[in-house]
Amino acid sequence: MLRFLRKRLIASAIAMLLVTLVVFVLARIQGDPRALYIDENMSQEMYEALGRELGLDRPLYYQYWVFVSQIATGDLGVSIHQHRPVADIVLERLPATLKLATAGFIFSIVIGVPLGILSAVRRGSAWDFAGRTFAVLGHSLPSFWVAIMAIFIFSVQLRWLPAFGDGGLDHYILPAVALGWAAAGGQMRLMRSAMLETLDSQYVVLARAKGVSQRGVIFKHALRNALLAPLTFAGLTLGSLITGAIIVETVFAWPGLGLLAINAVVASDYAILQGVMIVITFFYIATSLLVDVVYAWVDPRIRYE
Amino acid sequence: MSDATQPIVAAQSATQPTVARRGRGARVRRAFRTYPVVSLTLLLIIVFGAIAAPWLAPYPATHGDLRARHAAPAIVGADSAHLLGADSVGRDVFSRLLYGAQVSLLVAAGTILIAGSLGTLLGLVSGWYGGWIDEAIMRLVDAMNAIPVVLLALVLAVALGPSFALLLGVLALGQWPAFARQVRAETLSLRRRDYVQLARVAGASTGRILGRHILPGVFSTVMVVATNQVGTVILAEAGLSFLGVGVPPPTPSLGGMIADGRLYITDAWWISAFPGIAIALIVLSLVFIGDWLRDRLDPTLRQLE
Repeated sequence: MLRFLRKRLIASAIAMLLVTLVVFVLARIQGDPRALYIDENMSQEMYEALGRELGLDRPLYYQYWVFVSQIATGDLGVSIHQHRPVADIVLERLPATLKLATAGFIFSIVIGVPLGILSAVRRGSAWDFAGRTFAVLGHSLPSFWVAIMAIFIFSVQLRWLPAFGDGGLDHYILPAVALGWAAAGGQMRLMRSAMLETLDSQYVVLARAKGVSQRGVIFKHALRNALLAPLTFAGLTLGSLITGAIIVETVFAWPGLGLLAINAVVASDYAILQGVMIVITFFYIATSLLVDVVYAWVDPRIRYE
Repeated sequence: MSDATQPIVAAQSATQPTVARRGRGARVRRAFRTYPVVSLTLLLIIVFGAIAAPWLAPYPATHGDLRARHAAPAIVGADSAHLLGADSVGRDVFSRLLYGAQVSLLVAAGTILIAGSLGTLLGLVSGWYGGWIDEAIMRLVDAMNAIPVVLLALVLAVALGPSFALLLGVLALGQWPAFARQVRAETLSLRRRDYVQLARVAGASTGRILGRHILPGVFSTVMVVATNQVGTVILAEAGLSFLGVGVPPPTPSLGGMIADGRLYITDAWWISAFPGIAIALIVLSLVFIGDWLRDRLDPTLRQLE
């Protein structure tokens, strides 16, 4: 368990290091960081003093160290356009993205898992066909295209659901489906093959031979073991849902980090982008680490791999 | 969907050899079960259309005719000179689709080539040498999974400006770990084989063993991973182009076309609708071909269908 945890922690640390390094190098390529602070009242002396303050007279590795320690203390710099600390701006937007990702996640589980079970139990039936069509479409349709078409059909033509922004529960339906469809398809396929595998195994055959009812076999014997599969996938899904939200948010004008990032691209506000990147990577790593630990706890085999 | 059930059906027909042996119809049905005929045909048509775009396209891809602005698609029965309609500056959607598919397929092929080479090389080295080299490469692979590629692309596009080289680099960065992981696993099992040990005893250099004895052995795995990843790459490229940091305009791209049509969705749904369908068709056919190839070349990866 400790060995497994250590491996995961090392990978997480490398990821964090790589992201900060890339962000740092790109920031330096962009030019003198003092350019952000210059105004008409600044003298040459102040300019140089600022350089010393920011550590620009020191070697690059030292500057990187300063950069990383600033991030560690929650200082993500200042936005050029909004004249506010990036950390504040990012934290303001974070809940909306997490809410959207959670909605997508719930959709993927609520639709994907039962559909997978149904497909496996009724293998070869119309249910199975429908389930697999749903899964393969989720895998092949671009989420933003689904989002635009859903707005066109359900908001513009039928006027059933709101097209834009955050609000009541009805605001979540279209974004959650657009975001979660691919993940739901993935869950469905995994659940289906895991369920087929356990339904095929000897202990299920034994349970059947003992005379356990079909319902008992499916829910008490097969499902319990098969449920491990969607749990492993959950970690991956959560991560991809958070990044997937970036694209979906732009379509639905959802006031989260994705929309913030895209507006920062348009405004060339590098500080904000760098903040979003660091915060999202952190969340991504934290969730997948958490899920992996839970998984190792549930399934002892993984610890000895 | 039909080829997914192929193993079951094939097993049934094997027990009843008299049913489907003679006649042309039986042979055709057999071919449809054994090969992904529909997917292959579809992909070939798309690839042909993309390659022959300069000759097939009825209109130029980058110049519009403002008189044809938002011309309805003839395919839905409108009296129009544009098969799939025209966009908001009067450019023919069908022509742009052909050129866009060309760009998408080229970018995907380039990405797979770069990521495949890099991933295969690192996978070979990792699996062959083991020890701390293996540990370092595999932690890097794990770390790559935690880095949100979409955001990285946004950051890079702002810092360096969007370009084809950047697009290929970012996409390849997200794809090489899949290759490295599979190739490493394959190398680990191949290096213990007798013929590899014999080559070693015979005095072959490491480079020769890896290049002449292991590489051909992992080739089928690489092909399977490649076909399975092409679809992912095409979707990722479309997503980046949709966000405006992928294929730089005025080169038409499928994702960019969807973004163009977004604003006019109420007046001209066809601008966004058709590129999305095109992406879905490409990815769908690749998914089925990939599954078929996986079952053919690497049965160990097969899941219960």
